Amino acid sequence: MHTVTRPIIIFLCICLVMLLLFPAVGSPFYTELVTRIMILSIFTISLDLLIGFTGLVSFGHAAFFGIGAYLLAILFNDVEHINYWWSLTLTLSMTGMAALVIGWLSIRTSGIYFIMLTLAFAQMCFYFFFESPHFGGDDGIFLMNKPEIMLGSRQLVDLENEHHYYYFVLAWLVGVYLFLSMILRAPFGHVLIAIKANEQRVRALGYSTPHYKLVSFVIAGTIAGLAGFLEAAHTSFVTPAYLGWHESGMAIMMVILGGMGTLFGPVIGTFIVVLLQDFLPGFTEHWKLIMGGIIIGVVLFLPNGVAGLIYSLTNRLSSKSKEAGREHV
Amino acid sequence: MESSFYLIQLLNGIQYGFLLFLLASGLTLIFGIMGIINLAHGAFYMIGAYLCYWLTGITGNLFTGILLAIPLSILFGYAVERLAISHLYKRDHLYQVLLTYALILIANELQSIFWGNDVHSVPIPELLKGAIQLTDNQAYPIYRLFISAACVVIAIAMYWVIQKTRLGMTIRAGASNREMVQALGININWLFAIVFSMGATLAALAGMLAAPVNTVYPGIGDNILIISFVVVVIGGIGSIKGAFIGALLIGLADTFGKVLLPEMASMVVYALMAAVLFWRPQGLFGKV
Repeated sequence: MHTVTRPIIIFLCICLVMLLLFPAVGSPFYTELVTRIMILSIFTISLDLLIGFTGLVSFGHAAFFGIGAYLLAILFNDVEHINYWWSLTLTLSMTGMAALVIGWLSIRTSGIYFIMLTLAFAQMCFYFFFESPHFGGDDGIFLMNKPEIMLGSRQLVDLENEHHYYYFVLAWLVGVYLFLSMILRAPFGHVLIAIKANEQRVRALGYSTPHYKLVSFVIAGTIAGLAGFLEAAHTSFVTPAYLGWHESGMAIMMVILGGMGTLFGPVIGTFIVVLLQDFLPGFTEHWKLIMGGIIIGVVLFLPNGVAGLIYSLTNRLSSKSKEAGREHV
Repeated sequence: MESSFYLIQLLNGIQYGFLLFLLASGLTLIFGIMGIINLAHGAFYMIGAYLCYWLTGITGNLFTGILLAIPLSILFGYAVERLAISHLYKRDHLYQVLLTYALILIANELQSIFWGNDVHSVPIPELLKGAIQLTDNQAYPIYRLFISAACVVIAIAMYWVIQKTRLGMTIRAGASNREMVQALGININWLFAIVFSMGATLAALAGMLAAPVNTVYPGIGDNILIISFVVVVIGGIGSIKGAFIGALLIGLADTFGKVLLPEMASMVVYALMAAVLFWRPQGLFGKV
């Protein structure tokens, strides 16, 4: 469990300013890439709520990302003017329901069995979309029209505009971050963190731990659905690959690489992995060799991921940080 | 449909189950004894298949190819355990997942460097080429029977090693209580190295045997990895008997699922696993 110290807050503010300024200097290609990374970051942050804070290692988290994306594409495929708020509410509540069902069935088990059960449900969802002729099968499905964000009769954000969408996603990312840090500061979040540390003791204290785990699972699933929704609205295209175990595995990699148990770690991990995937192939054809080497290096030399490195650096920079107001995030 | 058709499907299911057993038995031991979630297990399957293709091409004979590939797989498994896995015994499971995932990336890339990205086929030796005629228009290839027979021989040899030898006794003890084995003065590093390279070799062997029927292509290991985990979890972690039953269940469920419920065939396996875990959260033969 990490605390957010003042240097970390300063670091995060600098990152936020850089993200705010980026579209002004970045090429359209990179603006789009960073938009995608931010959407994926929302997804990996939600996974970190499970892995890093509640101690539930879900190997099927991509299912909710995919369900969110598919719901938007299926429910609003023929609608000409998609009301953004309405479609978002509907998609997220249905994704939340899916998370409730899968979570309720899965939290009965723990450890590796939980990992495998979440994987099993995700694979079932994957094959459901992969083999279903109604929803595009393995070709995926196109979304004909993008949601329109209206406030009254005025268009608030134009989703076709790359810059508009960039800031829109950034706002969601910041919103999700603040929402989760609020949850984790609340008594509810403290119970989650305690469950990760020692579930039996928490139960002995009289907390009904399955309920807490289930709520955490539903929150994480719903936020993953939000990320899927944003991605589908961004690309107008959904494929079954969104739900595959590769996607779930990749998300776990990003969380661990960035540093689990911190909310900003997964964001850093996502940026590193996606940028490497973008940069390395231009460098050599066998880029996965380097990627594998980097991951092994992180595992062996950075035990707490990149966020752990940032913590030790900032602690060294300011030894006073220990006295600064500590807050759980 | 006639009974011979179902007989063929039954034989196919059993043969697939036996192959899965070779993979899952190694995986379940590595899990149960070493506590390692080894995502790289599929990579050993892939390496076995490619070694088989390569050495069969050089020597011109599948059997010599396999005989030459086995020591290479043992060495390879040993090297991976010493160089990478052994650093992680005291670390959280998640870091093992991350490291073995990196090993998959590296193994796949090495495969593409050494053997390219084409699909290869391995010729079935003359001796096993024919098929047994069941009815006028249905026949069962002899090579598939050979795979089943070879798996049975390996399974019996494994049973003998694990139940009747001193090494097997240590392995069984390690699977039920690792700390106690250490406390009794058994060199746990040595045991881990043996278990890991044994598991890797079994996976590679499955790849070698399957190469002539399944062809050899990039990503061959990734597809089978998840199914092997399903088998291990259904059987219960650390239980070889469980892996055997689980492998046959999955092999038959997959084969008959494809025949009887083609539109949802791939879901059958996972639904089976979910049902088993719902009924017994620790797997069929797992300890609570």
